[in-house]
Amino acid sequence: MEAATTIQTVLFWTFSVLGLAGAVGLLFNRNAVYAALSLVLNFFSIAGLYLSLGAEFLAAVQILVYAGAIMVLFLFVIMLLNMQEEKGVFTFDIRRGAAFILGFAFVAEMMVVLKGFWNHEAGGEFTYGKVEPIGRALLTDYLFPFEMISIVLIAALIGAILVARRHTHQEG
Amino acid sequence: MDLLTPTILSYLTVSLLMFAIGTIGVMTRRNGIVVFMCIELMLNSVNLALVTFSHMWDNPAGSMLVFFVMCVAAAEAVVGLAIVISIFRNKQDIDINHVNIFKW
Repeated sequence: MEAATTIQTVLFWTFSVLGLAGAVGLLFNRNAVYAALSLVLNFFSIAGLYLSLGAEFLAAVQILVYAGAIMVLFLFVIMLLNMQEEKGVFTFDIRRGAAFILGFAFVAEMMVVLKGFWNHEAGGEFTYGKVEPIGRALLTDYLFPFEMISIVLIAALIGAILVARRHTHQEG
Repeated sequence: MDLLTPTILSYLTVSLLMFAIGTIGVMTRRNGIVVFMCIELMLNSVNLALVTFSHMWDNPAGSMLVFFVMCVAAAEAVVGLAIVISIFRNKQDIDINHVNIFKW
């Protein structure tokens, strides 16, 4: 039990620091490719945090879907468009200052809201992190949303093809 | 040692900070794709909070919701990037301050 807690502590601190570093890198990188790679670091770190919570299935899906599929799509589009670097990431005008102040105010407000969670330990067993209970829940209690997701995905696929298609005059 | 042991609040704080960084990115960045990536970051931080709550109550609802959020995020990324490509094809630029064709 003691060893498990130590492992969880090490995993948590490693991956929370790495994840926040990735998020800050996304916020301050002028080059979109570097920003995307920072986001990949962040996604891997969140997968590590899932592991430290015992959610093994979601950690695997996080790496497969986010770091694998979605970020490859983002990088593909970034390299396809060949955009120039964004200027003024480090300059401060009144709008950017207001954005940062609002962000910090949000953090302060939410910390007050979350104060009640001080005493809950994050250790212990997590039944629903394994593949088998998740699959069982997915095909019994959550069968209807599971089927609906397939409709959402096919609609997104058709919509993306329609939006990104090159319109020619012959088609009318 | 006791102070270092992560609690539910530690995970929620990490999630909160990532969400705040995502919102600041959406408000300050002007590159359309980077704004999209900040939205993905916000979705991920909420996923982390949901997994934390699911762990806290040992309940499948949070994990299921994370699974569905991942699917919807994939669909959203596909449609959003198609829109970005379409805008870039018309304007040769995806600075979101210059995309104002719906403004009158």
